[in-house]
Amino acid sequence: MITRDILRFTFGALGGNRVRTALILTAMAIGVASVVILTSLGDGARRFVVGEFASLGTDLLIIIPGRSETAGAAPALIVGATPRDLTIDDASALTRSSLIRRVAPITIGAARASWHEREREIAVLGSTAELLKVRHWTMSQGRFLPPDDADRAAPICVIGAKVRQELFGANPALGEWMRLGDRRCQVIGVLATEGRSIGMDVEDQVIIPVASAQILFNSPALFRIMAQASSREAVPKARQFVLDTIRDRHQGEEDITVVTQDAVLATFDKILQALTLTVAGIAAISLAVAGILIMNVMLIAIAQRTAEIGLLKAVGATGQQIIILFMTEAAMLSLSGALVGLVIGEAGSRTIGYLYPSLPVGAPLWSVVTALIVALLTGLLFGAMPARRAARLDPIQALSRR
Amino acid sequence: MIRLEEIDRVFEVGDQRVHALNDINLHVEPGEYLSIMGPSGSGKSTLLNVLGLLDRPTSGHYFLSGSDVTSLSEDALARTRRSDIGFVFQFFHLVPRLTAAENIELPLMLDGIAPAERKPRVDEVLDALDIRDRAHHRPDQLSGGQRQRVAIARATIMKPAILLADEPTGNLDQASGKEVIDTLERLNASGITLLIVTHDQQLGDRARRYVKMVDGCIVTDQTRG
Repeated sequence: MITRDILRFTFGALGGNRVRTALILTAMAIGVASVVILTSLGDGARRFVVGEFASLGTDLLIIIPGRSETAGAAPALIVGATPRDLTIDDASALTRSSLIRRVAPITIGAARASWHEREREIAVLGSTAELLKVRHWTMSQGRFLPPDDADRAAPICVIGAKVRQELFGANPALGEWMRLGDRRCQVIGVLATEGRSIGMDVEDQVIIPVASAQILFNSPALFRIMAQASSREAVPKARQFVLDTIRDRHQGEEDITVVTQDAVLATFDKILQALTLTVAGIAAISLAVAGILIMNVMLIAIAQRTAEIGLLKAVGATGQQIIILFMTEAAMLSLSGALVGLVIGEAGSRTIGYLYPSLPVGAPLWSVVTALIVALLTGLLFGAMPARRAARLDPIQALSRR
Repeated sequence: MIRLEEIDRVFEVGDQRVHALNDINLHVEPGEYLSIMGPSGSGKSTLLNVLGLLDRPTSGHYFLSGSDVTSLSEDALARTRRSDIGFVFQFFHLVPRLTAAENIELPLMLDGIAPAERKPRVDEVLDALDIRDRAHHRPDQLSGGQRQRVAIARATIMKPAILLADEPTGNLDQASGKEVIDTLERLNASGITLLIVTHDQQLGDRARRYVKMVDGCIVTDQTRG
């Protein structure tokens, strides 16, 4: 039999029972569409998170006081003291290498902020001018902290958009003096950046010079130091430089942890990829269900077309030819169902992308290809048993019925 | 052409053994016209199935055109059916979704013959059986007689040596039945070996050679002058 005839015959058989064909197509389409939509959601979430981290800069090093151990008791308990604090001097020591472009020391705390009769508790972040560039923030009004010496306190502050809205309302904030704890500071700028960034709401914070923050919170300790390497490639060397420098300054003790964006990024990437795979796996169950439906419906088709199969055998169809005809039927069903599913899935994920523009949805190629292959294999696998049964049909019995 | 030697066909029905064919010896020359008659359960249909290679005898030998087909594989049997044997059934057995022409070309299609080559051959038999104007009708748009002629066209498209007809008029009215028989006899006159299984005495009497079966045995085998 030539291929064209096989396809034409199969096509005729599929067209001969439209309801059956439509049912299997639907089942297969739902399976494939759910794989496509769920993987595009999962992958969208992954790309969203990765994108967020990348926007922080993959050349970023975060230096945290204390050393994270993978086993045993915390070293602090053994030496009987808390780890040495990170200080502004530690931070400025890091600027000496060409491997490091920018360094922003950070302290955080909370204080009561008030302007006229409005008052609220607010997150306060102490840092330097470098922070703006390290974090890729932008200003909507005024300017960021001036590039002064890090250990010079100044009565100035930069506020987030939400703080501006809640404290100043419709009044102009720029140049106003507000109270922050027991001190006063002048608003010199308002941040434009929205959203959250490493656990802090950018819109809902006040940024003051790091020296001012140390006075405000009465502590010389830094919460962490953010350093930007000169390039992404320089990150490992910069990391080593940071470890060496701080160890030298801390009497030979390595009591800090350096987290690079790359490491965090890779971890999140892995977690979310696993999540996507899991979701895809769950969706694949619907493909298996579609496969069983194919088998079921093929068996019914064979029962309905017993006389036809008997006749084909009587006029000289070999068992192999019967198998090819029915397998082609199953394959065509599953494949065209899968194609319909791809279109639905693509439309679905585009709708989601339209509703949530910030989520970069879009089914990854691997999931599309896998869904198609799995659909085809399911069709062939579950079509094989009915096809073999058709091939073994006794033509005499098949023809004895009207 | 056809030589059956000591053919037995035994069915096991429950714990009973049914001897459907009992030591059948039959010799058919090319171009013969033979009717097989007998009461229900006499084994005439089983004989036709064995002759048509749809059924294997339990023992004995079947020589078709000189070669022993008793030991052929399933696939070889299928190919022999395709090229050497034509079937005509009581209930026509046309594929309902295919047109007359498509039904007729099924054996050519199974044989892998290119569509361009099939067309003239299908047209030829459509003309020979006078159903050209029905070529693109589906079976449900055809009369009984037309359906049976389509089935005959399908059975003869491969130019087989043997045509096996099982009650070919059993489902037709007198006039259509007569038409069909005329068609079959015309084919026989042009050289095809024709075997008809029937209940119809009138039809059975038309054949030059008359075989009567009872309980799996051939009881009468006579050739009329």
